[in-house]
Amino acid sequence: MRRATAAAALLLSALAGVLPASAQPRDTLTIAITQFPSTLHPMIDAMAAKTYVLGMARRPLTTYDKDWKLVCLLCVDLPTFENGGARRVALGDGKEGVEVVFRLDPRAKWGDGTPVTATDAILAWDVGRHPRSGVASGEGYRRILKVEARDAHTVAFTQDRVTFTYNDFSQYELLPAHIERARFEADPENYRRRTAFDTEPATPGLFNGPYRIVQVQPGASITLEPNPAWGGTKPHFRRIVVRTIENSAALEANLLSGSVDYVAGELGFTLDQALALEKRQRARFDFTYVPSLLYEHVDLNLDVPAFKDLRVRRALLLAADRAGLVRQLFEGRQPVARSFVNPRDSVYAADVPEVPFDPDRARALLDEAGYAAGPDGIRRNAAGERLSFEFGTTSGNRIRETVQQALQANWRRVGVEARIRNEPARVWFGETLRKRRFQLAMYAWFSAPESVPRTTLHSESIPTEANAWAGQNQPGIADAETDAMIDALERELDPAARRPIWAKLQARYAEQAWVLPLYYRADPFVIPKWLAGIEPTGHQYYSTLRIEHWRPR
Amino acid sequence: MIRHAGLRALQGLLVLLFASFAIYMLLGAMPGDPVDLMASGNPNITPADIQRLRELHGVDRPIVERYGEWLGALLRGDLGYSRMFARPVLETLAPYLANTAALMLAAFALALALGLPLGLLAAARRGSLVDAAINGFAFLSAAIPTFWLGLLLIVVFSVVLGWLPASALPPPGEDGFLARAQALILPVATLAVVEAGEYARHMRAAAREALAQDWIRTARAKGASELRVLFGHVLRNALVPVATVAALGFGGLFSGALVTETIFAYPGMGKLIYDAVMASDFNLALACLLMAALLVVAANFAADVVHALLDPRVGAARGGPAP
Repeated sequence: MRRATAAAALLLSALAGVLPASAQPRDTLTIAITQFPSTLHPMIDAMAAKTYVLGMARRPLTTYDKDWKLVCLLCVDLPTFENGGARRVALGDGKEGVEVVFRLDPRAKWGDGTPVTATDAILAWDVGRHPRSGVASGEGYRRILKVEARDAHTVAFTQDRVTFTYNDFSQYELLPAHIERARFEADPENYRRRTAFDTEPATPGLFNGPYRIVQVQPGASITLEPNPAWGGTKPHFRRIVVRTIENSAALEANLLSGSVDYVAGELGFTLDQALALEKRQRARFDFTYVPSLLYEHVDLNLDVPAFKDLRVRRALLLAADRAGLVRQLFEGRQPVARSFVNPRDSVYAADVPEVPFDPDRARALLDEAGYAAGPDGIRRNAAGERLSFEFGTTSGNRIRETVQQALQANWRRVGVEARIRNEPARVWFGETLRKRRFQLAMYAWFSAPESVPRTTLHSESIPTEANAWAGQNQPGIADAETDAMIDALERELDPAARRPIWAKLQARYAEQAWVLPLYYRADPFVIPKWLAGIEPTGHQYYSTLRIEHWRPR
Repeated sequence: MIRHAGLRALQGLLVLLFASFAIYMLLGAMPGDPVDLMASGNPNITPADIQRLRELHGVDRPIVERYGEWLGALLRGDLGYSRMFARPVLETLAPYLANTAALMLAAFALALALGLPLGLLAAARRGSLVDAAINGFAFLSAAIPTFWLGLLLIVVFSVVLGWLPASALPPPGEDGFLARAQALILPVATLAVVEAGEYARHMRAAAREALAQDWIRTARAKGASELRVLFGHVLRNALVPVATVAALGFGGLFSGALVTETIFAYPGMGKLIYDAVMASDFNLALACLLMAALLVVAANFAADVVHALLDPRVGAARGGPAP
């Protein structure tokens, strides 16, 4: 059905290519995204659609900008050890923590005119660390031992450890205490059901960004209008409508018919769809492809005996024609990955050797590992065990399924069989991957710039039944050297001193081939020619965090 | 007749009770619960978080116990909370149900209005060009996938001609009755065309059978006009099997509506069911699926009643006075 839908989209695009763009009023912007946020509460459940919409209406304390640098949004200046905004504090028992002091922007106001103050920061902490408030991940809040209001616009956070991310409060969302405090305190356990973000989402005082939500049509659209209390750059659009259109062909039809002005780059077209559209619609739209922090890779389950052998792992990597795949399927728009660190990241190590496509070397390694070709062309060891593995990913994801078939063919040529076994995303992520019931798994990680891979590479993050399958070290990497580097990275405050650790970590990761890096996914931005100011970021802090700069040319 | 209807209603209730149990167990048997899904998407979640969320969402208790609790709450008129939408299930469900009802009722009415006269006409003009054309339409409509027809209509009427919106909901602020009706034209047409073909096919077959009966020859011999024969005698008799097909088809519209809702970005029950099941939102999924089951039960009930009204032999055979 997806293929037929894509064919219909082609037909649609071809027919529409000859038509003029319909005239649009330039004071309203209609944006299409492919999901509808299930909740608008900034701390309950993590969801891309919610992040996208709330980017227009709310501001976190800090964020990463388009150049992947940490900057202030709701604060006046970024507190650091150097400028005296942060200091080490003794916590007792010989432990050390960090006290970081944020000065809130005095111009910041909630949409009803109430100033944003330290009490709002304290409420966020109270909600975040409460065990029954419904916040999915309370760990970040529980690491904060104390939040103290020094004055109305100055707030001090004491953290329980010293890490270089001490001043990164990009996921710390202030809550309007004058609206939410009473709802929370009345019944913390049912707060997630009583919060005004979901029961009365058009309440002006919930929002402190350039826009505020004025109407929610469940499952269909969210309408925003300028926040009169916003003290920053005045936004241009009188109204922004964010509509949910999940079907990719319908998304294209709506764009071409003028029903929507812009399809969100972060949550819209797939890369292949954008590439096809570009060939026909260059006159109407600007096409920008931004390699993002979405790192597509194949995990090898290290519990599988054959994958304990480094030669087998490296052979799989050498036999995969990743450059050819990226060239043929994505017209080279998605860079081949050497490790889990994106080349745009400041800690990327350019000297990590590139692994070429070398099937001959792959065959030699497999020979060396004791696997000889059997009568069916598939290699087997002396015990007769075939090099045959189940290869899974999310079913229905056309791009992943195509890549999977290409890799299957690549590996077949060196005598390795990959048996495709895909599952719906719900089962794949919720069960198979999480509980490590796979042999080869293709999926992606999404992270922030300079994100320490504790949850993905540290041995303490291997999901097991004993830890309720928490952690995302799905391959089961248990490497003391890697663990030590991750621990050291977190503790090292000096960016210059961290760089060599990062380089060593990337080199170790590439050399050990526990994971086969494929490519960094690119977000395709299809921007109408008349719209300016959109700055794709490529990370999880979306372009909508600068929506006040979006305007017609 | 009343006794018959009462009996059928009671059977319907038992079916719904059984369906609720079966759906609850099936949802519970699906791999991955809501907390598994939260944990898979959140790298910072800790084992303590997982345990805390399991208790909070009640998924740490046996499924039969949870079902019993749900059933008790249902009897008190409480369908519970939707975990996905953080709102009461009824409140969540209502706008989606209203949207689907508008879409289905309009499509059903249009399909009947198109299909029945076409089927009757084809039967009356048996072997003619008109019959062949209607037959062709019927088979074509059955062969065209809903999503393809929807996209085709969007291409022609939204993209090329620009007459109608590509989405089934008008933009907020421009959502008056006329705008809403205009936005529904394409999705209603998509659903109705597919159903109309089926109704035409069944109507044609039933009408042809009726036309071959002795009493039709008698009516004609008595000098009844062709129109009177068709509408006074053939239609009523042909409607008996068609009513059953239409009533069951009404339930089937629910599944067709899922595809149409997706293509036309229309927030309706089909999409809600899919999302609720995929997100393991047990309360919401259960309520939606029960609503679908209720619709099928109600459609069957309506078919029975209509059948009995159209064919007096039915009521008699099921306990009416003996002839």
